[in-house]
Amino acid sequence: MPKLSVDDLKRIKEQYESTFNLRQGGYRAKVTVHMGTCGIAAGARAVMNSLVEELAKTTARDVIVTAAGCGGICSKEPMATVEILGAAPVKYVHLDAEKIKRIFREHIEQGNIVEEYALVVGKETSY
Amino acid sequence: MDKFRANLMVCGGTGCVSGGGLKVKQAVEAQLKEKGLDKEINVVLASCSGFCAMGPIMTVYPDGIFYQKLTPADAPLIVEQHLLKGKPVEKLMYREPLKKQAVPAMKDIPFFNLQVLRALRNKGLIDPESIEEYIARDGYQAAAKALTRMTPEEIVKEVKASGLRGRGGAGFPTGLKWESCANAPGPVKYIVSNDPAVFMDFDPHVILEGMIIGARAVGAGKGYIYMRNEYPLAMQRLQKAMEQAREYGLLGENILGSGFSLDIEIFQGAGAFIAGVGTALLRSIEGKRGMPVPKPPHSTEQGLWRKPTLLNNMETWANIPPLILNGADWFRSLGTEKSPGTKVFAITGAINNGLVEVPMGTPLRKLIFDIGGGIKKGRTFKAVQLGGATGGILPEQLLDIPATYEDFARAGAIMGGGGVAAMDNSNCMVSAAKFSVEFVVDESCGKCPPCRIGTKVLLDKLVDITEGRGVEGDIELMEDLAREIADTSLCGLGQTAPNPVLSTLKYFRQEYEEHIREGWCKAGVCRPLATFHIDAAACKGCGACARACPQKAITGEKKQPHVVNQELCIKCRSCWEACKFGAVQIGPAGLRQELIDRAKGAVAAKEAETAKGVETI
Repeated sequence: MPKLSVDDLKRIKEQYESTFNLRQGGYRAKVTVHMGTCGIAAGARAVMNSLVEELAKTTARDVIVTAAGCGGICSKEPMATVEILGAAPVKYVHLDAEKIKRIFREHIEQGNIVEEYALVVGKETSY
Repeated sequence: MDKFRANLMVCGGTGCVSGGGLKVKQAVEAQLKEKGLDKEINVVLASCSGFCAMGPIMTVYPDGIFYQKLTPADAPLIVEQHLLKGKPVEKLMYREPLKKQAVPAMKDIPFFNLQVLRALRNKGLIDPESIEEYIARDGYQAAAKALTRMTPEEIVKEVKASGLRGRGGAGFPTGLKWESCANAPGPVKYIVSNDPAVFMDFDPHVILEGMIIGARAVGAGKGYIYMRNEYPLAMQRLQKAMEQAREYGLLGENILGSGFSLDIEIFQGAGAFIAGVGTALLRSIEGKRGMPVPKPPHSTEQGLWRKPTLLNNMETWANIPPLILNGADWFRSLGTEKSPGTKVFAITGAINNGLVEVPMGTPLRKLIFDIGGGIKKGRTFKAVQLGGATGGILPEQLLDIPATYEDFARAGAIMGGGGVAAMDNSNCMVSAAKFSVEFVVDESCGKCPPCRIGTKVLLDKLVDITEGRGVEGDIELMEDLAREIADTSLCGLGQTAPNPVLSTLKYFRQEYEEHIREGWCKAGVCRPLATFHIDAAACKGCGACARACPQKAITGEKKQPHVVNQELCIKCRSCWEACKFGAVQIGPAGLRQELIDRAKGAVAAKEAETAKGVETI
């Protein structure tokens, strides 16, 4: 292993920072995949897996992904709620592995709501 | 690196691990694998969270849900309900002692949210075996600053300005110590840390980083970390941390390209209390018997192998990196004028046990009642011993004193290692003092007579009093002797050894007098000085005492007052502890015979009456 320089310290710090944002609960965006029995049956697992893959690829360090119970509208599962700090949360419905990727890129990374998948904007917040 | 949607921080502290924490971790990992969640959820054997009373502990991030007292059998529930379906498991959460409601998040639990973490800033948050995680939390940034952007004089100046005082107990200003060592003639100097075992549970690198900065400040090229061989887990973690630091060039030649070199070695000691005394610890590293030597010369001038040596306590070292990174003013922003910064306390006894860090000046009451959760089992607070076995024992009326070096000393206690042992009303103060002195008698190195002989005589007197052989004049004799030991002992151990006796004589003198004059230990701890009996008016006849009695000495009909057979009673106090109505009373030793006679009298009277009845028929 190479001996570290002062700059290397900074590099390692940046590389690992996201882990700690997650552990300390400091985040800008939060995606909740609804994983009640209905959600799982409708394919929420695939949505979650795809989302985690996307998360691994991104350079963003301030996005957290969590699982929650049934979103309340079982007929429209799989569902996910995207919350950007300071903006109203958005509920997406009838998701699949591809749709969530697009939501990740457009809504979470660029801040544009993907209207064609969205059910509703507003209401419940968790912060 | 891989990203995960959740991190499960399973506490890897010694307490949680010995409570089965590793088995919990394995069970959780197996469940995650079974449910196919192992690629998206990360399990970390994390640094100690300090809340040892609740172990094994696991905290789930990002939500910060705190699970306590876990067993491997809880794993399926957590994985299925919380991690798969997103519903935290309420029954495994923390509950406040006096409330029934579950508290889900770590930040809402008073034990955690009343603390301010500086020395323990990584507790429960990083994997203590990963140097990268330490670096990610600003680790080695202070060393980089000290080595590349500060002169040794500037480092010493910063530490002096901060007002940081040695966390080892006596509270000597750290900056002055550093200055004295820096000014001592070289070229060979040493830096030493006393046993940092407790930090290995959280954060081994912070000790190394503190020592790098100290070595640079005083010009030392070689360091020693004194480790007791009693904590194999701590040793393993320190060794691993040092290997990682060497690989990254943070120990060894030319650290961070600065031209400064330092090597640190672990010295394994046998684990003696006396090694808490600086000069004794240094003799031990030299391969001699761990015994103190008179000062001066101070260790900063003539320490290890008679070379200038900077010896600091682990907690002092842990305070150095954030202090250097953020500056003296930041350091002083917490605490008091004369005791700035924060202090780590080990809270134990009749409250929630754990390791906590609070600003200096925090009232003791807050430590015990808010962070510690108050006295358990429906009992009341009686006393608190501060600073470990040689610390003073203080009563309730002193609970509002702020936790600072000066206030503790004024009250007759010491900061010591930061021990806060709370005692409830089931404790006898004479016995508490005896217990402490017994410990010192065992641990005294025997070099100086006041400590070697004096503490033994003190113990003999205390044993006499607790066993009913105390006589008038004992109290005064103990007071004189205790002062003598404190004044004439060679080192801190002997000088502080009489604290438990002097403080209890000052604040609980009446208890000593009751033992000697009335033959009465009102707490029922000293068996020869107590008689257990049941107050017929208060007894509900529930039978709890009778079931608890190992001697089957308690009898009585259901819902009728019960009676203790004094001839069978061994005074174990189980009945007193079992009774929910305060009906079991503790009387003086003399009451026993009286009760036996009374019982015999009652039997005789009953027999006489029966005989009379027979006659009339």
